[in-house]
Amino acid sequence: MKVSELAALPEFTAVTLPDADREITGVYIGDLLSWVMGRAQADDAWITIMSNVNVVAVASLADTACVLLAEDVALEDAVKETAAARGINVLSSPLSAYGIACRLHSLL
Amino acid sequence: MADALIFHYEVDGENFTSAGQASVQVKKNLRQLGFDPETIRRVSIAMYEGEINMVIHAGGGVADVTVEDGCIRIVLTDHGPGIADIDKAMEEGFSTARDNIRSLGFGAGMGLPNMKRYTDEMQIDSAVGVGTTITMKVNY
Ligand SMILES: Nc1ncnc2c1ncn2[C@@H]1O[C@H](COP(=O)(O)OP(=O)(O)OP(=O)(O)O)[C@@H](O)[C@H]1O
Ligand SMILES: [Mg+2]
Repeated sequence: MKVSELAALPEFTAVTLPDADREITGVYIGDLLSWVMGRAQADDAWITIMSNVNVVAVASLADTACVLLAEDVALEDAVKETAAARGINVLSSPLSAYGIACRLHSLL
Repeated sequence: MADALIFHYEVDGENFTSAGQASVQVKKNLRQLGFDPETIRRVSIAMYEGEINMVIHAGGGVADVTVEDGCIRIVLTDHGPGIADIDKAMEEGFSTARDNIRSLGFGAGMGLPNMKRYTDEMQIDSAVGVGTTITMKVNY
C-alpha cells in the first residue's frame, strides 16, 4: 500500500509526507539505530519510539518507506523540517508498536 | 569510467545529534551518477556506520569515497583513541558507547558488523593512541 493510504486511516496522523506515493512492502520494528540500519529492508515501514534527528538519517540511508512513531511520540520542529527536506515520510499514531504492527498486518 | 571520481568529506566530531551528513551527501552523489538502489543502500549503510563511529568514538575524522571501475571504495581515517581489540570490536553487541550516546539510539554494537555485512571487503588498521583507518569496498 502507499504511505498516503496509511496516512488517510484514522489511527495515523501525517507528521510530514514529502514522498507520499511511496509503496510500503514490509514492516520493521526497532529503536536501536544500527540494528535497524542492518536489518530493516528497503521499502519497509519502520515503527519506532525514537524521535531524535538521527532517525531521519537512518530512514534515508536504509531507504525505508516511512517512519511510524508509536505511542504518540512527537517530533521537534527542527527534526520535522529535516525529515521534510530529506524526503522522509513520518506518521504518528497513538497505538503501541505492537498495535501498529497488527494494523499493518491486516493491511499489507 | 576513465577517471576515478573522488569525494572528500570532513566529519565533525562534536555534533552527534546531526551526524551522518557525509553519508547523506554520498547517497545523493551516487544517485546522480545513476547507481542502482541496492548498491547505493549498501554504500550508505556502511558509510553511515563508519561516519557515526568516527563522531562518537574518535572525535571526528575524514572520509574519502572513490568511484572506481567495478567498485566503490570508502576510506575513513581518524586520529581518535584507536581500537585495542579489533576482533572484540567486530563482535555483535560489543560497545563502549556512553549512556548519553545510547539514549540517542546508538550503542547496540552493530555498526562494525553492519559494515562487514554490507561490503565486499573491509579492513581495519588501528593503533591505540594513534587512530583508526577503515577501508571498505563495495563491488557493483
Ligand atoms: N573509529 C573508532 N575509533 C575508536 N573506537 C572505535 C571506532 N569504531 C568503533 N570503535 C570501537 O568499537 C566498538 C564497536 O563499534 P560498533 O560500531 O560495532 O558499535 P557501537 O558504535 O558501539 O554501537 P552501534 O554502532 O551499534 O551504535 C565501539 O563501541 C568502540 O569501542
Ligand atoms: Mg557504531
